[in-house]
Parts: sequence; C-alpha cells; structure tokens
Amino acid sequence: MGEAIVITSGKGGVGKTTTTANIGTALALQGKRVCLVDTDIGLRNLDVILGLENRIIYDLVDVAHGRCKLHQAFVRDKRFDDLLYLLPAAQSSDKTAVNADQMKTIVNDLKKEFDYVLIDCPAGIEQGFQNAIAGADQAIVVTTPEHSAVRDADRIIGLLEKETMEPPRLIINRIKTKMVKEGDMLDVNDVTNILAIELLGIVADDDEVLKASYHGEPVVLNPHTVAGIAYRNIARRILGESVPLQQLDVESKGLFKRIKKFFGARV
Amino acid sequence: MPRTNTVMIKGTKEGLSLILSDACSFEEVLEELDAKLALAEKFKDENHRIKVRIHTGNRLLTDEQIARVEEIVMKERNLLIETIEANVLSKEEADRLIKETRVHMVNRIIRSGQVLKVQGDLLLVGDVNPGGMVVATGNIFIMGKLKGIAHAGYPNNRKAVIVCGKMIPEQLRIADLLSRTPDEDEVTRQETECAYINQDNEIIIDRLPVLRTIRPELNRYIEGGE
Repeated sequence: MGEAIVITSGKGGVGKTTTTANIGTALALQGKRVCLVDTDIGLRNLDVILGLENRIIYDLVDVAHGRCKLHQAFVRDKRFDDLLYLLPAAQSSDKTAVNADQMKTIVNDLKKEFDYVLIDCPAGIEQGFQNAIAGADQAIVVTTPEHSAVRDADRIIGLLEKETMEPPRLIINRIKTKMVKEGDMLDVNDVTNILAIELLGIVADDDEVLKASYHGEPVVLNPHTVAGIAYRNIARRILGESVPLQQLDVESKGLFKRIKKFFGARV
Repeated sequence: MPRTNTVMIKGTKEGLSLILSDACSFEEVLEELDAKLALAEKFKDENHRIKVRIHTGNRLLTDEQIARVEEIVMKERNLLIETIEANVLSKEEADRLIKETRVHMVNRIIRSGQVLKVQGDLLLVGDVNPGGMVVATGNIFIMGKLKGIAHAGYPNNRKAVIVCGKMIPEQLRIADLLSRTPDEDEVTRQETECAYINQDNEIIIDRLPVLRTIRPELNRYIEGGE
C-alpha cells in the first residue's frame, strides 16, 4: 500500500504544480513508483510542466464517471521506465464534475499500485480543495515568503488539522536570498514562527525553474541547479532520510568575507 | 401569638431579617408570616420604609412564590424587601455560574479564519495568528502571541481584561469597545502586557503589574496555604 500526499497552498501561484511535478520526479529518480494526480479540473497544467500534454486521452473525470478504466487514463513519462505516471485533470469540465467520495475511491485504487500518489490541489478552499484532500494520508503546504501567501497557508493548515491525516508539513518556495538579507522579505524563521508546522524544505527563487518549465522538463532533472537540489532533498526527507537544510546564502559569501571571518575567529 | 418558629423576625441595624423555615409547607409559612407581621404593630409607627432581608433556608422559591411573599410583606406596611436569599441554587443557575467562572484551557494555534468562542475565561496556550479570533464572555489570557483579534467580556462585560505574552494584535475588543493598532506602531513589545478599559472608556495596553491594582477581583486564589 502506497501513501497519498496532497500538495496544497490556499493561495494560487505559489508553485503547487511545480512542486508536485518536481517532488514526483525526484521520488521516481530514487526508484519509487509514483503517480501524479492533477485535481485542478478546468485549469489543468501539471501535464504541461511535465511536457506530457499531447498524450492525454482520458482524464480524472472520465475515470470518476466510469467512462474508462483507471489504467487507460494513465500517461506514462517515458523518461522513467515504468516509474512515473500522470493522471490528468479534465480541461472541459469544472470542479463539481467529481466529488470527494469518487476521489477517495480513485486514490485508494492508485495506492495499491504506486509507492507514492501525489495529488496536486487547486487554489482555494472550495470543492476542488475538498476533493483533493479527500483521499490523502499526508499533506504538504506550499507557501512563498509573502504575507498574503502565509496567511492563506495558515487558513489551509487550520482546515487540514480538522481532517484525520498526519499533521501537514511545509515547503517555503521562491525565497529570494538577497531580499531576505536586505530585510525586504520574510525569512524562513518568520514563516515557521507563524505557521508552526514541520518544515519539509526550502526552495530558492531560481530562474532555472522557469527555464525547465519552458522546455517541459522538471528542474529536478538537472542536479546542478539550486532548486533541483532542493527538490531532491525534499524527496529524500519524504523517504525518511535526515537531510540538512540548504544554505541559501552560499553564493554571496565571497572569498574575502570568508577570510575576514577566519581572521575574526582568531582574535 | 403562634407558638411555632416557622417564621422568625429579627431586628438588625439595617432593618428587618425574616427567616422562613424550610421544614414545613410553604402555605404554613405564608400564614404565619402574615400573622406575625400583623402582630408587630410597631412597624406602622415608623415614618420611613424599613428594609427587609428574607432568608428561606434550603427552600428555593419560584417566581410565583416570591410574588406571594412580596404581597404579604408589602401589604399596608411600610416594609421594603431588599433581598430574598436561600442556601440553595437551581441546577441551571449553578451550571450558568460554573460556566461563567470557569477557565477554559485550550492548547492549540488559532489560525487564520478560525474563531474560538468560550463562556467564561479563556486560557490559550498557543498563538492567535493573523486572521484568527478568540472570544470569551470573561477574561482572555494568552500564553503566546496575539497577532489576530481578541474579544474579551463579550457582549457587555467592561471589566474584562486581555493578557498576553506578546501583544501585536490586529484588533482588541472588550465588551462593546474596539481598538485597532495604530498604523505607525513601531514598538516591538517584548514583555507580557494587559489590555483593559480605563475610566475614560478607552481600551489601553499597559504593563502587567498594573492589573493587580485596577482589577483586584482577578485574584481568585484562596489564601490559607503556606
């Protein structure tokens, strides 16, 4: 029996879909069988980020209504032998086309075949959110270091805590190190102080993410990017490894500063 | 003169004290009360009204019974009932009192969009996050940060106070009054503070030790230990 993890945020545009695609890919890189489920019915784009949009034949709504078998709706990612699959959302219906019970059944069926079922949740707290969390055993809340995103994440955590699942874990996405240093952005501690849940990982703001998405390849495939390493670390933490948080300010510490620090320590 | 002690009349400095026995029927009490008061002619000579305190022992009077006692005591006499007391409380009354004076302890974070309402005092072991709200009919004590809204003394108890470890609220409300953090408030508060309504009917935030002087009734500890 695999585990179902919902990736949610409340606010839109903080990087839920990117996070889902990258964590899923990273878990597949670790040899796990993963199914990504897009529940953003009507506004799907997980398929686009993965570069799989032209292979969709059936979707989540077709499965829910029995118009096809679960297997027929799978889109296999050829880059990973038999490890990474996508269950796409419908683009022509809306969130009410599926209900929470149907989602629960689908997710339970998926858990029998996969090690991890990652559910990409739509923004908001309405039907789409209720559907997405219905079958999940765990939740990951994604936020950016902005007051508005943190506020919505707080609301979402409050709703998740009422559900019978493990306490949600947090990913802080798109941290701009320079702005944090200049005091123009919340830092990691500010965010964790407010939300007070376990921190699963931090991801720096990295243009490579946009580049990767342009080419339809999750950034995590490139191990030489800051964000790619961050997502790999997150996947390892999900697998139970203890990986220290990435030091985001490494690049700005020049040689001179290091030497000064070294001398300073001797005085 | 009736021989029983169903009704005892005592004169005190403040006025009269009527002790109504609880060991006989209510009808007997009324009868004897009427008879004894009728005999005590001297009340009629007084020019001013005499205050009467009535004690009914272990008998709890219904509203109807109270009306009948009042009727007898007040009739053609210059007596004025001040209080009617009993040793006992109705269960509803007792439940209400317990609820209102109970301290509800809650150990969680009140997050954005969540509202926690209690009857009585609230002891919150945790934070109130921005967008969250706590409401109590009594006082609110927060062992954490108040970053959302706290409403004490809901709906009309102006004596209620709000105490918290770190006071950085969006709004403070006490009874029917409301105050908002000034936009230019740059004070970083470190110590525990309290909020209350002062004599000018404004909500103010003050240092904690002040509370002992302005709300001595918050000391509910019963002396007697070491």
